[in-house]
Amino acid sequence: MTDLAYLPGLGERARKSRARPSALAGWILPLALTGVWEAASRAGLIAPNHLPAPSIVAITILHLAQSGDLTDHLAATLGRLGLGFLLGAAAGTVAGALTGASRTLRLLVDPLIQGLRSVPSIAWVPLFILWLGIFEASKVALIAVGVFFPVYLNLMSGIAGVDRKLIEVGRAHRLSHLDLIRRVLLPAALPAYIVGLRGGLGLGWMFVAAAELMGASEGLGFLLVDGQQTGRPAVVIAAILLFALLGKLSDIALARTGQALTAWQDTEGDR
Amino acid sequence: MSTLLEIRGLAKRYDDRLVLGPLHLAFETGETVAVIGRSGCGKSTLLRLVAGLDRPSAGTVTLAGQPIRPDDVAIVFQEPRLMPWLSVADNAGFGLQHLPRLERAEAVAEALDVVGLAGAATKLPKQLSGGMAQRTALARALAVRPKLLLLDEPFSALDPLTRAGLQNHLGEVRDHYGPTVLLITHDMDEALVLADRIIVLDGPPGRIVAEFAPRLPAGIKPTAPAFQRWKDRLIDVLGPASQPTGTLTKLEDHRHAV
Ligand SMILES: Nc1ncnc2c1ncn2[C@@H]1O[C@H](COP(=O)(O)OP(=O)(O)O)[C@@H](O)[C@H]1O
Ligand SMILES: [Mg+2]
Repeated sequence: MTDLAYLPGLGERARKSRARPSALAGWILPLALTGVWEAASRAGLIAPNHLPAPSIVAITILHLAQSGDLTDHLAATLGRLGLGFLLGAAAGTVAGALTGASRTLRLLVDPLIQGLRSVPSIAWVPLFILWLGIFEASKVALIAVGVFFPVYLNLMSGIAGVDRKLIEVGRAHRLSHLDLIRRVLLPAALPAYIVGLRGGLGLGWMFVAAAELMGASEGLGFLLVDGQQTGRPAVVIAAILLFALLGKLSDIALARTGQALTAWQDTEGDR
Repeated sequence: MSTLLEIRGLAKRYDDRLVLGPLHLAFETGETVAVIGRSGCGKSTLLRLVAGLDRPSAGTVTLAGQPIRPDDVAIVFQEPRLMPWLSVADNAGFGLQHLPRLERAEAVAEALDVVGLAGAATKLPKQLSGGMAQRTALARALAVRPKLLLLDEPFSALDPLTRAGLQNHLGEVRDHYGPTVLLITHDMDEALVLADRIIVLDGPPGRIVAEFAPRLPAGIKPTAPAFQRWKDRLIDVLGPASQPTGTLTKLEDHRHAV
């Protein structure tokens, strides 16, 4: 995930235009690279203290798994990410729904949020540590902040962009303001919302790594630091690969769910 | 017959420009009234005021002597305006959320049956033809059992064959539900086929320039001499359909002759 997800239009276009000729095609290059990497390592072309062979990395992961450490690290990272994602997405949903549905609120609140958005999220860390301590709460808060903005932005612009004619149908049926949001605006904005959630999740992964790098006693980010400090590049690479794998899997899960929920869309790209 | 809808001194201005009225109109219960007039003369404005979607600048709209209540009216727009994420049945039941599930399902089934969509209840809007989509919109309006059904050029975006089919459906609708109907149209044939009374609007500001009560026998063919005679009179007032430039002077000549 990139920061492109911040921009609703771009995120959507990227998602829609992505062709999927075959799920297998995407595996060709990584597998080939892994093969070359393994061969080069065995031939002594790559210094093992810089880049250990894939087989060494695999064995490292296996050892971590057997000792039970891996489960602990994964649980720590996923727990922080899950909680931070839930909090950030919930706040982004409420704020995005309200500012999207009400022009007045949008004029009042959006400039402030946009201003806050221009603060690099990491810059909040010292404040969070002062407020929340150095343990879990400040990490979760950082992740939540990262998740909040794409969810908020995409939902708000998604709702603000809902076809006025559909809204009028709701008004003709005398829906209350809340029912209008619930029965017309939110469903209509669902595709944009899912783009926001996916962008949020991507940033969530970025910030869980950042938070753990800055000080943690467990988690994949801790593995990165630990591997570096103890001079074990295989551990660092193992953690990177796990980040990549989990990030991709969670995005696929969210995208699939999203596709199932928005199958009503009359578009090419999602089918 | 009793008066159902009464429009008194109704007017609408946008900024300082008067686009409609002042207008006086009364509808009998069960009557189908077509309002016909060229594009931009204020037809939709009239309908939106009656539907309560816009506020009048002056005047009142009453239904059976009372201020119009939301449950009394239903509207079909020029476009179907279906919720793309809802099935045909759920779209048809959109206005019935307050009803218990079973009651809602019955009302929806009945409405879909009347418009001939019973077999398409589970389809999504993206799977519908233009005619089916507009019939779904009609079912959505009927399902709430309105006393007054408002139709804003509901068939104008459809091909002639589909339109003819839908006009038939509207006949069935009236037999079944018996609502009072206000039909906005710019299609003279449609007005003559469907309406008990035809009101010709011109503007802006939209004002009534002529009124006809052709009362043609049901099922009359557009080729029938009686039909043609009425159509000629309409054309006189409206100007040729192909060049709808009927000027007020020309209209003045006819308003007393009617
Ligand atoms: N929301 C609006 N703001 C300003 N002018 C409007 C608005 N809606 C309609 N009008 C004007 O009112 C006149 C009548 O419009 P409308 O009722 O839509 O005509 P019709 O349905 O007969 O084609 C037009 O001149 C149009 O430009
Ligand atoms: Mg109109």
